[in-house]
Amino acid sequence: MAGLGPGTENNAFSGRWKRGSRGAWVAKHRDHTAYIGGMRPQDILMPVAAGLCCKPGGFHIDPVRPVERAIITHGHSDHARAGHGAVLATQETLDMMRLRYGDNFAGSTQAVRYGEEIRLGDIKVKLHPAGHVLGSAQIAVSCKDLCIVASGDYKDARDPTCAPFEIVPCDVFITEATFGLPVFRHGNAADEVKKLLASVALFPERAHLVGAYSLGKAQRVIALLREAGYDAPIYLHGAMEKITRYYESRGIALGDLRPVRGMKKAELAGTITLAPPTATSDIWTRRFLDPVTAFASGWMRVRARARQRGVELPLVISDHADWDGLTATIGLTGAGEVWVTHGQEDALVHWCKTKGLAARPLDLVGYGDEEETEAVLEGEEGGA
Amino acid sequence: MNRFAELLDRLAYEPGRNNKLKLLTAYLRDTEDPDRGYALAALTGALSFKHAKPGLIRDLIMERTDPVLFGFSYDYVGDLSETVALMWPKVALAGHNNPPPPTLTEVVTRLRTLGKTELPTQLARWLDELDETGRWALLKLVTGAMRIGISARLAKTAAAALGEKDPHEIELMWPGLAPPYLDLFAWLEGRAEKPVNRDPAPFRPVMLAHAIEDADFVNLDPADFIAEWKWDGIRVQAVSGRDERGHLQARLYSRTGEDITKSFPDLLPSLHLPGAIDGELLVLRDGRVQTFNVLQQRLNRKVVSPKLIKDYPIHLRAYDLLGDDENDLRELPFEERRAHLESFIKKLADPRIDLSPTVPFADWPALTAARADPAGAGAGLDAEAVEGVMLKRRDAPYLPGRPKGQWWKWKRDPHIIDAVLMYAQRGHGKRSSYYSDYTFGVWTNGDAGDELVPVGKAYFGFTDEELLQIDRFVRRNTTEKFGPVRHVVHEPDQGLVLEVAFEGLQRSPRHKSGVAMRFPRINRLRWDKPPREADRLETLERMLKSVTAN
Ligand SMILES: [Zn+2]
Repeated sequence: MAGLGPGTENNAFSGRWKRGSRGAWVAKHRDHTAYIGGMRPQDILMPVAAGLCCKPGGFHIDPVRPVERAIITHGHSDHARAGHGAVLATQETLDMMRLRYGDNFAGSTQAVRYGEEIRLGDIKVKLHPAGHVLGSAQIAVSCKDLCIVASGDYKDARDPTCAPFEIVPCDVFITEATFGLPVFRHGNAADEVKKLLASVALFPERAHLVGAYSLGKAQRVIALLREAGYDAPIYLHGAMEKITRYYESRGIALGDLRPVRGMKKAELAGTITLAPPTATSDIWTRRFLDPVTAFASGWMRVRARARQRGVELPLVISDHADWDGLTATIGLTGAGEVWVTHGQEDALVHWCKTKGLAARPLDLVGYGDEEETEAVLEGEEGGA
Repeated sequence: MNRFAELLDRLAYEPGRNNKLKLLTAYLRDTEDPDRGYALAALTGALSFKHAKPGLIRDLIMERTDPVLFGFSYDYVGDLSETVALMWPKVALAGHNNPPPPTLTEVVTRLRTLGKTELPTQLARWLDELDETGRWALLKLVTGAMRIGISARLAKTAAAALGEKDPHEIELMWPGLAPPYLDLFAWLEGRAEKPVNRDPAPFRPVMLAHAIEDADFVNLDPADFIAEWKWDGIRVQAVSGRDERGHLQARLYSRTGEDITKSFPDLLPSLHLPGAIDGELLVLRDGRVQTFNVLQQRLNRKVVSPKLIKDYPIHLRAYDLLGDDENDLRELPFEERRAHLESFIKKLADPRIDLSPTVPFADWPALTAARADPAGAGAGLDAEAVEGVMLKRRDAPYLPGRPKGQWWKWKRDPHIIDAVLMYAQRGHGKRSSYYSDYTFGVWTNGDAGDELVPVGKAYFGFTDEELLQIDRFVRRNTTEKFGPVRHVVHEPDQGLVLEVAFEGLQRSPRHKSGVAMRFPRINRLRWDKPPREADRLETLERMLKSVTAN
């Protein structure tokens, strides 16, 4: 366990990235002799207060406070924060950060494609699809023969709006554990969408209001509705218009989408509107006639969770791996050691140990369940 | 089964009554016989089989999962059936000939005949075949814990809507029907004649009174009403009628229609004329009504011993007649029914059944005086068992439910309410192994219809024996656990009604209900009363007004 608790950041790193230049990611050569030979995983990646730190490569992964260089797994706000010196991520993730934070969200940026290899001194970095949201990536960090994969948030379930999750063989697999209990089995998302459509058919006089996280979940639900043959207009809360239009601009067809703003109560009977989860429980919903409040989330598996939120139609649709997904993925990576980050770490660590894998929780602070934290940003709501 | 499970799942989340009705009616319309009939039976509490114990369910999951992971999961989910339903391992059933999941009919009919030792294997097989929601519904069904906020009345109303019938019609024929109700659905769908109620002694839904407030009297004319004593006993319906062979069948029902005949065999010989009496069950010794505490010795007894019958002689005090032989009297005005009742009781001429006397009064002050001193106003030695007066409109027909303005109850002690047990907590000291601290609530209008709002906590007032009874009730009816606190089932049709006495009432912004009670205590356990009939917050608010006005 030594060396794995959050420590203070060592600022002795000499490589500086130049602003705005594509070459910024090529760190100045520095003496790595201290790390070569007898390399331990925690010498390559270790948790510090700012997040996962790769000292020999001179970067952090998904840092929660401003750092000089950051590699960002995906666009959700708990992973992608503004104010870093240089940011490396997929084009989509960078675009999403720009949409949220404005053009000056970082000193410099560099887009990489899945599978493209970046060298940072002795460290090699590769991004692989994580299947979580559009542009989401697992970060494979290798030094010599040792490979660590920081998977960020991921799911192995089908999602028509992003590249499918890829298994990356590695020595150490860093996994989330949002749904790290065997009670979480998400099932087939298409069946949940069928449930929503059955409700729309049964209650044609009521508006259906679906709470869905604006980035990723909303677009996935729309795409699934279209796959199920629903081709009526789908209405959007103002806070998700921008990001949804961005998905469309990346070639993801979502059909007839309209802002719900300005619609009359009666016109929304029998329609489907998507809104951020927080909006579905506030006065914003008064514009709807006796709405059926749905919520698309993995949490909806547990009844007390759904009741707590006043949800009438829980839809078990998750952008995180469920228990079976987590355990299957851990097995397939071939990793002998597993580090478990945010979520139900205890249960997943216990499971790993019963399978003879070395496992430990990583106490990283600041990541969580995006659905629980998403607030409708002021100004984004746009009177919607 | 999966279809029924989906319905239960959806109903459990839907707060609106009309929307629940719509879901139910759609299910009954789209589901074939006999599945829908068994569903209706499950929803109306008409199914009977031996329930599986939680221990059995726990054993099943323990054999199949890692106990540590089960522990984490149960902690998180908080409900045994749900935890098991969610984490039940998927079995790869050999080949592609997986058996289809069981139908509700298969489950219900099999459960009826299943031996105790066969239950675990059968249950495990079903759990293998069903999905998450199906497993959840199955476990709720077999453990007898199907609490989804649906009353039997609502389910019958949904069935009535299938044929655009009045739910009251179904209510009337209900005692003569049996699952899977093929004749009922055939009639509702216009394929057959109306089923005849062949039950010779059916239950009739009871009529209830509103609590009267000072302000109500202004609008009431004393001449329109007949007053009676309100007896501190148990409301019952005593029915007897002739079966096909002409034999007289007698039954005693609780106010909710539960058949309690077996508990009172000593009363049956007295019901020797066909008819339906609405009245109060009391214990009489030497012609004198005993207190409720004495009567309580006769309640909830599995075995009715000759000694019990001798020591606690049961008596029926009649105040209404709903049927006289073949004639349904319920449409008649109360005054006329009362006349029928008087001659019926006279004809019966049985010492165990007598007439509840009327209380003559000329104006409200006279009735106020009588209520204050029942002994001097005709109740005589029975005055101790009088808890107030009842006011009944002379022209009121006998209507099921609690129709407005027809019957009023006017209790003697204004500081008594009927509340519903919501949460229980372990006590301290020698009570630390019992759930002895109770939070109780009354009904109020919530966002989604009626809901209970907590109005106080009580720690005493009950006897040691009552403590054991409540403790047992709490343990068997826990819906959720939060540390030392247990959520106890509290729904319109399931839960425990506590009669709570208190010294005073104050406004309190700190309490969600806006009121705080001084020295509340459990006066009595109302096992006989369904939670839906407990008091409402408005009653407390009116009490508050009258208290502060004085
Ligand atoms: Zn995420």
